[in-house]
Amino acid sequence: MSASASWVVLGATSALCFLIKLLGYVIPEGWLAHPRLQRINALVPIALLSALVMAEGLVTKTHVVIDHRLAGIAVAAALLMARAPFPVVVVGAAATSALVYHLH
Amino acid sequence: MNTAPRETFRDALSVALTVGAYGVAFGAAGIAAGFSLLQTCLFSLLTFTGASQFAAVGVMAAGGGVASAVATAALVSTRNTLYGLQMSPVLRVRGLKRVAAAQVTIDESTNVALTQLPRGIEAMRAGFWWTGAGTFLFWNIFTLVGALGAQALGNPASWGLDAAVPAAFLGLLWPRLTTMFLRVVALTSMAFALVVTPWLPAGIPIIASALVALVFGWAER
Repeated sequence: MSASASWVVLGATSALCFLIKLLGYVIPEGWLAHPRLQRINALVPIALLSALVMAEGLVTKTHVVIDHRLAGIAVAAALLMARAPFPVVVVGAAATSALVYHLH
Repeated sequence: MNTAPRETFRDALSVALTVGAYGVAFGAAGIAAGFSLLQTCLFSLLTFTGASQFAAVGVMAAGGGVASAVATAALVSTRNTLYGLQMSPVLRVRGLKRVAAAQVTIDESTNVALTQLPRGIEAMRAGFWWTGAGTFLFWNIFTLVGALGAQALGNPASWGLDAAVPAAFLGLLWPRLTTMFLRVVALTSMAFALVVTPWLPAGIPIIASALVALVFGWAER
């Protein structure tokens, strides 16, 4: 990643996310009331976060790759099922992945 | 604001502290993705909406382009518009105060505010501002802590940071999967992202998965 690309991502993401927040305070109340729009809006973060788990955990560039990261994600899922708090989930996944990485 | 009950303050503080602590994970993710310490901290100050921050650095770490990183982050945060719509009649803010309110309009501040409804409008306002300001403060402090820590560690894979980031996404996703329908949407998106990966440029499968939300949201009754 080039230095200029990272600054553009930072600036554009911050500006857009702020405008998206501000929009709720400036548009009239009924505008986004359509139930179909609200349902899609509620599903968008779920779809994108799911795709991000895969893209970060099972993909290298444009290939599906199974490596040490998958062990970490499996442990994260198990910890979430056991209702572990977020920091425990993240640290558990990292420790497992690092262990598999070094054993390999 | 002094008419708001003590319980509201306690709710706000406990949410702000717990959620703020997640900032450690973002700080580490920013560094692991190749952003500088300054850039990682500026994300938390300026973007200040957790899932979108993770999305932006996540897409870049996956080798995606600038446009797909920004678009993914923006799409992840569109729910904040709906939060603003709910908070606007409660807060009734103008000018600079409106700018400040918009910046701290996130899952946590809105949820705490809405749960104060039985305690009255003053409690709702106090809950919003205390949670918003508190989360902002702790999120930024812990981002710095996480970024400094990750910088000191070096090779991300050696410390498992490359698995910590998808685990963080899973942790953000998990509490949202409250119904079977939502779990099906999540699993479909995961499958979709993997299937299209070999055919699309890096980073594009993530934003393309918004199509899954569109199809399911359209068909849902």
